Amino acid sequence: MAETITATESLEPPTPEPTVADERLARRSVWKRFLIRPEFGALAGAAVVWVLFAWQAKDTWLTSGGTATYLDTAALYGLSAVAIALLMIGGEFDLSSGVMVGTAGMFTGLFAVHSGFNFWLAMALSLVICLAIGFLNGYMVIKSGLPSFIVTLGTFFILRGFNLWLTQDITNQTNVTGVDRTGGFSAAEKLFASAPIKIGGTEFRVDILWFIGLTAVAAWVLLRTKIGNWIFAVGGNKEAARRVGVPANATKIGLFMVVAACGWLHGMVVLAQTGRSNVIEGVGQEFYFIIAAVLGGCLLTGGFGSAVGAALGCLILGMTQQGIVLAGWDNNLYFLFLGVILLVAAFANEWIRNWATRAGRPSKPPDAAVAGNGVGGDRARRQPRAEVGGEARA
Amino acid sequence: MPDLIELDNVSKYFGNVIALTGITTSVRAGEVTCVLGDNGAGKSTFIKILSGVHPHDTGRFLVEGREVHYSSPRDARADGIATVYQDLAMEPLMSVWRNFFLGSEPTKGWGPFRYFDVAASKKTAVEELRKMGIDVRDPDQPVGTLSGGELQSVAIARAVYFGAKALILDEPTSSLGVRQSGMVLKYIIAARDAGLGVIFITHNPHHAYPVGDRFLILKRGRSLGNFPKAEISREELTKLMAGGAELEELAHEIESLIPEAVEEILP
Repeated sequence: MAETITATESLEPPTPEPTVADERLARRSVWKRFLIRPEFGALAGAAVVWVLFAWQAKDTWLTSGGTATYLDTAALYGLSAVAIALLMIGGEFDLSSGVMVGTAGMFTGLFAVHSGFNFWLAMALSLVICLAIGFLNGYMVIKSGLPSFIVTLGTFFILRGFNLWLTQDITNQTNVTGVDRTGGFSAAEKLFASAPIKIGGTEFRVDILWFIGLTAVAAWVLLRTKIGNWIFAVGGNKEAARRVGVPANATKIGLFMVVAACGWLHGMVVLAQTGRSNVIEGVGQEFYFIIAAVLGGCLLTGGFGSAVGAALGCLILGMTQQGIVLAGWDNNLYFLFLGVILLVAAFANEWIRNWATRAGRPSKPPDAAVAGNGVGGDRARRQPRAEVGGEARA
Repeated sequence: MPDLIELDNVSKYFGNVIALTGITTSVRAGEVTCVLGDNGAGKSTFIKILSGVHPHDTGRFLVEGREVHYSSPRDARADGIATVYQDLAMEPLMSVWRNFFLGSEPTKGWGPFRYFDVAASKKTAVEELRKMGIDVRDPDQPVGTLSGGELQSVAIARAVYFGAKALILDEPTSSLGVRQSGMVLKYIIAARDAGLGVIFITHNPHHAYPVGDRFLILKRGRSLGNFPKAEISREELTKLMAGGAELEELAHEIESLIPEAVEEILP
């Protein structure tokens, strides 16, 4: 009915009309609704990669051992990447998320081995430190108004330098050994590095369960709580969100702290698996986390994305990293592959979203003011005024 | 019953700049007060006083007969004065129901397991929009896919649902085409009929006249008059709004350049 109104018609108040089947609804088929979901690309990508290696490494890929290997790799990435996805949906980056893994391990190791604290106390103290760093990241971004890319790049180098300096000063090495002999370690090992599931003689490590659990919680928070609504909103249009009463700054700072806490969890899993803390653990992985989030449909400009998608993105990374080894290819191809899928995913995200958001609209724009088809997610976010103005979405 | 909002000789100064002076008008529940003016006439300052962004300096500002002096937008909101800004406070990539309840999400459950009541939110959003006469095809569709007029209606419906008594609409039709503007005018009437006092800010007398019950015309921070509809015709309104004499002068100027263009300008 909206299509038939003109300004010169009688301006009677609109009467609630019985719902008639809307001819425009049909254009948004079930198939398109599925395509518009942010997880779609990652799901399709994961299927393609799985088939590729099932073919190229057929002797090992389908065994439970092969599966356990790539799941473990994916799970470790996922502990950080799922949190990064939430942060990116909230419109921010964290380049210090990789170094946070080593930072958490280092502080835990130093407190446990060199301060003589119980391992659990050492873990708790390092969690507090990580949360404080996350808070500072968020606080600096909010207060300065600078892009989080720059602020966390600074934190990244500060932590990287500080960690190496401190550890070498205390241990003369770049790692803290002897962590596995401290009191309380064996219980922590059960929690973070045991292998509770055995299938056909192959052990599936507990970090896979942590990964699945974390993904489920993140997805639930994002899609089914008000905080999730706020995360989408602060990433989409922070000022607008604040105007309707969303605590925008608290949401953003909270996201940075969640990323730090998940980095800590990631660090504890690595520490429990290896029994020593390597200071440079995680450094360089911050980009993998971002790639996984983008593969999972996160927009670099915020306001759109998925936790489950990021988890699937991690699965793609894990499968590729291990698949290349199992297929006997050159290891360096992994980086080449990362670059290619990142570009493909970014292009595909943009294209699918353009196509699918258009799919819900009348095929013929009712107003001549429509210039181009600027329905791109980023453009929509950056120029809400212009979008409305040009009626580009009519 | 006192008027919903009453302004009596209200002025606002920024340093020694007179932003707005001697403004008198009223807004009644179930009526539309149109505020007209060209760029720089003081419409923005007018909105900001009513919505609590800037406190007024002199004169009396009464809400339901009670004199108020707002110091923050929260005060205005608490009194039921809602403002729909030009940029609409909408997240284009978020769905209709998520936008509708943003900042006031209904929750269910207990303690840390409180969750966003999605089913009720979708249902309410669709119902409330239907009351405004808009049939949302699908509450899950991103608001960015709605037309400009529909976007306005979501913002208006949201304000109505969350208990606004007075609704300030900041140039809701300024960037829309003819058909979409018509839609927005219908939503203004729907809000009026829902018992709200509507303050419709515009520079277009043709949009204001059909829906307005009262017209306040601003020019360079001063009031050119505050008329009930019975006291002013569409032609007079247009002329006042455009600044009659100035327009004729402009017409002569253009006539010397393009003679045939003048008929377009002078009503």
